[in-house]
Amino acid sequence: MPEKQRESGKASRERARSDSGGPMGHLMRPKQRAKDAPGTVVRIWGYLKRQQRALIITAALVVVSSILSVLSPYLMGHAIDALLVDNDVRKLGWLALALLGVYLSTSVISWLQTYVMAAASQQAVTDIRNDLFTELQPLSLRFFDRRTHGELMSRLTNDVENVSSVLNSGVIQLISNSLSLIGVAAMMLILNVRLAIVTLVTVPLMVSLSRWIAKRTRSGFRRRQAYLGELNSIIEESISGQRVVKAYNREDTIANEFRTVNPKLRQASTRAQIFAGTLPPLTNLVNNTGLTIVAGAGGWMAIRGLASIGDIASFVQYARRFGWPLNCIASLYSSIQSAIAGAERVFEIIDEVPELMDQLEAEALDNIEGDVVFDDVCFSYEAGVPVLKHVDLHAKPGQTIALVGPTRAGKTTIVNLLTRFYDIDSGRILIDGINIRDLKLDDLRRKLGIVLQDTYLFADTVMENIRYGLLEASDSDVIAAATLAKGSASSWPSRGPSWPTRAFSYWMKRPAVSTHAPKKSFKRLCSA
Amino acid sequence: MDLMQPRMIQRIVDEGIAQSDMTVVLTTARTMLGFALVGALCGIVSSIFSVLASQGFGADLRDTLFAKVHSLSFGNIDRFEMGQLITRLTNDVSQDEQLVGMMLRIMLRAPLLVIGSLTMAALSSPQLTPIFIVQIPFIIIILGWVINRAYPMFGDVQGRLDQLNTVMQENLAGVRVVKAFVRAQHEIERFGKTNAGLMEITVRAARIVAVAGPAMSIALNLGVVAAIWFGGLQLSAGNLTAGQIIAFVNYLTRTAWSLIFVSMLSTRVARAQASAERTSEILESLPQVQDKPDAQGNLMPRGQVAFDHVTFSYASDGRDPVLRNLSFVTGPGQVVAILGATGFGKSSLVHLIPRFYDSTEGHVVIDGIDVRDLDKKALRSHIGVVLQESVLFTGTIRDNIRYGRPDADNADVVAAAKAAKAHDFIVALPDGYDTLLGQRGVNVSGGQKQRIAIARALLIQPAVLILDDSTSSVDVDTEARIQENLDALMWEQGNNGPPLKACFIIAQRISTVLNANKILVLDEGCIAAEGTHDELMASSSLYREIYESQLGNGVQPNA
Repeated sequence: MPEKQRESGKASRERARSDSGGPMGHLMRPKQRAKDAPGTVVRIWGYLKRQQRALIITAALVVVSSILSVLSPYLMGHAIDALLVDNDVRKLGWLALALLGVYLSTSVISWLQTYVMAAASQQAVTDIRNDLFTELQPLSLRFFDRRTHGELMSRLTNDVENVSSVLNSGVIQLISNSLSLIGVAAMMLILNVRLAIVTLVTVPLMVSLSRWIAKRTRSGFRRRQAYLGELNSIIEESISGQRVVKAYNREDTIANEFRTVNPKLRQASTRAQIFAGTLPPLTNLVNNTGLTIVAGAGGWMAIRGLASIGDIASFVQYARRFGWPLNCIASLYSSIQSAIAGAERVFEIIDEVPELMDQLEAEALDNIEGDVVFDDVCFSYEAGVPVLKHVDLHAKPGQTIALVGPTRAGKTTIVNLLTRFYDIDSGRILIDGINIRDLKLDDLRRKLGIVLQDTYLFADTVMENIRYGLLEASDSDVIAAATLAKGSASSWPSRGPSWPTRAFSYWMKRPAVSTHAPKKSFKRLCSA
Repeated sequence: MDLMQPRMIQRIVDEGIAQSDMTVVLTTARTMLGFALVGALCGIVSSIFSVLASQGFGADLRDTLFAKVHSLSFGNIDRFEMGQLITRLTNDVSQDEQLVGMMLRIMLRAPLLVIGSLTMAALSSPQLTPIFIVQIPFIIIILGWVINRAYPMFGDVQGRLDQLNTVMQENLAGVRVVKAFVRAQHEIERFGKTNAGLMEITVRAARIVAVAGPAMSIALNLGVVAAIWFGGLQLSAGNLTAGQIIAFVNYLTRTAWSLIFVSMLSTRVARAQASAERTSEILESLPQVQDKPDAQGNLMPRGQVAFDHVTFSYASDGRDPVLRNLSFVTGPGQVVAILGATGFGKSSLVHLIPRFYDSTEGHVVIDGIDVRDLDKKALRSHIGVVLQESVLFTGTIRDNIRYGRPDADNADVVAAAKAAKAHDFIVALPDGYDTLLGQRGVNVSGGQKQRIAIARALLIQPAVLILDDSTSSVDVDTEARIQENLDALMWEQGNNGPPLKACFIIAQRISTVLNANKILVLDEGCIAAEGTHDELMASSSLYREIYESQLGNGVQPNA
């Protein structure tokens, strides 16, 4: 019996985490968006496109370096022919110098490419991160209630990372390799049409192979990112709840939970990588086959006098120059899959529509008199479990209203609704006669000074934490407010307000907030 | 297999074409094909194994790190910020894991190819070998320089990633504060700054690493030119065949590509090195609070707790102690209340009992044994702690109550919930004990959270119960009932397991402490007064002051 109970306990926790479930889950499961891979690629490209100057420069550089890299085998072929046919050492000398020049410039240009591209690609990644964070802010509390922190954080780091690594080198490689391919193909056709056709036969094969493998790697990467998110949430939750874990000797249990997800991650990742990993050897195979064909057919043609040895030398080089970019593009295709998997998860959050939005005609609020009316307000956090039932309340300006009652009577809820953390089911809430739904959210909240039940402080100094509500406040204002709030005994001025909260260890309840009115009184102080 | 190719081509050119021998061409071509197939097969197999190895490595590393992090003490964790820990456990591990995978695939292949190419080249055209001997040292130096410059930068990159993670985490955990104070814009700017910092250093590092490839290319291509020049001379002198030159150049180019690929890896190597350092730092940390090898495990605590000249400070060098030379003794069966100015001191005191931290000086003694001599896990299994901030986990209410004893049966869970006055509201919920709680228990009220946390502590049937301001969100009436229940548990003699022997209550509300057997009034880290309520009213002006400020004006507290 205990065995079964334990099982269901763990299973329910997993369910809660991975479904982004929780009590709201059955109501508002996020819709599975149709997986639109090309659309995602276009969107990623959209971020990159903003760096126009850098992209143009890079493209130009890539074009030049591709042309140069196509020249060198040509020069080499000529050099060899010069020797064999003409036995012209001087010509050899000039060609060798030309070759040197080509090589040097190619290297310099390719360094420049990366130099310019690095800034562009990182800027795109930074923009994506900023967008993710910015779009997260207006989302409603219900959204955050439903998800674990670790899972959301994973999107910021792990998922964006996938996109980042592809953008860094992928774009350059894609452009330069594509250009190389075109250039090489052109040169081959110019040199010797028959040999060229023979070499190009391998291309369609390569393409279909890559596409088949890529589809499978993409789904593998999607699964991998999802598990990574889950793991992240276990890590975050257990570390932020460290004290409780230790106090209840749950280190082993939590390690076991970790060990349930970790292997799943490993499996998903392994499958995806294995598939991705078959691509290079297979493309190599296709390459080498191509090379064989070139050598064989070339030999046949040379014997028949249809091609010179120099031609063959060039072609062998070209075949390699053709094969390598093709290889690169093929494996790029795989990493693009992983980037898509990551980007999809990031865009999912960016596209989330906030539940509470300002009406188009939202009024700005200048001065509040303080007349608050709750008119027949009904509210429930979850459907079917009403918390406030037909509540009527009228607070006149200047009044202090105390809310008392047994737990779960709805006291905090009233505050939550007043600040529009949640919207009511029916009825109206009016401030100074205006329905709060018609007010701008930011204005409303700025006028309210709230001390929450669970105090949360940021990892900064005490001074900065108190200043949080009014960033322009001076140091003396902060100290005044704190003095007002501290109550009778005084141990905290001796520590000094510039004491970093971290010094108290991350978890301790800090003095300035644990008595119940600093921020409120502070707001009164500074509301002039 | 790949290595054989140029040699085969050489044969085709020299023997097949030169001698117009078609059969040679054909047979060589067939052989090449065969080699290619074998090569591909081996490539796939090696790729599979390298993936298995690297993923296994990654999984094991994550596992070890996770276990390690949880074995560390509070003091260690305080040193690493939360964002840091998360980054090290996920992102840094991924870096290393990817590197291992790549290295297995390529680092083995590349050197082999390089060495193989060099050997083949030397064999086929010994006259041109000196070129190699000049090139190789150059290449190695370039690679070394790049990696050395880059890897500290990548350490910085990871550090900035930490900061980013921290901002994100704070915004998620403090989302209500951010919204209540309309600080979204401020947070966005804060994030933007950290983000920009991350970008700046990533770009710098990437640019350094970008040098590697081109530099090595130049070194190699110089070799090619040299080969053509000198080879050409040899050719006219009749010492070399055209095929040999072609083969040599081929091997050189092949070596070039391999080395360039390796240089692209150098980004990864630099990055992974930085990550490896960070994960090692965790792995090598020693927990501040460690069990002695002969730690005692079997405890039947009688509930006598004594502090003997205890001084404690959070700083590792002992400055700014929060507890100064504290001494007191409590007997079994006592409810001890700790009152005092808001601030550290009170919580720190009780943190020392279950050895969340160790005292800087002095001894904490339970039943005559120094806690340092006790096994941590055994000690903690007899101490129930309800912390100031009730932390609940994702899962059902039942799971949360059962947290300390997952195999407890339902009857025990309900009994604990009843004692904590939580049972009634739990069964009023639609799913009752199976109600799912979100992270940090966001969908129950503050008072409910605290009571679930108390139930959780009671379930493990502790000998010592520590309540750190844990009824602050509970109304006075309910609080009084909970205290009654606790008293009852204290006096229960031997029915279901070890009865509660001692109780430490830290409180802000004086109503909480009125009935305690002993009240400790803390001020500035020292005990300012000690005694029962009546004794203190008579003897301590500090106590009277607190009493007056809270319950003055003749208001009678609930008895």
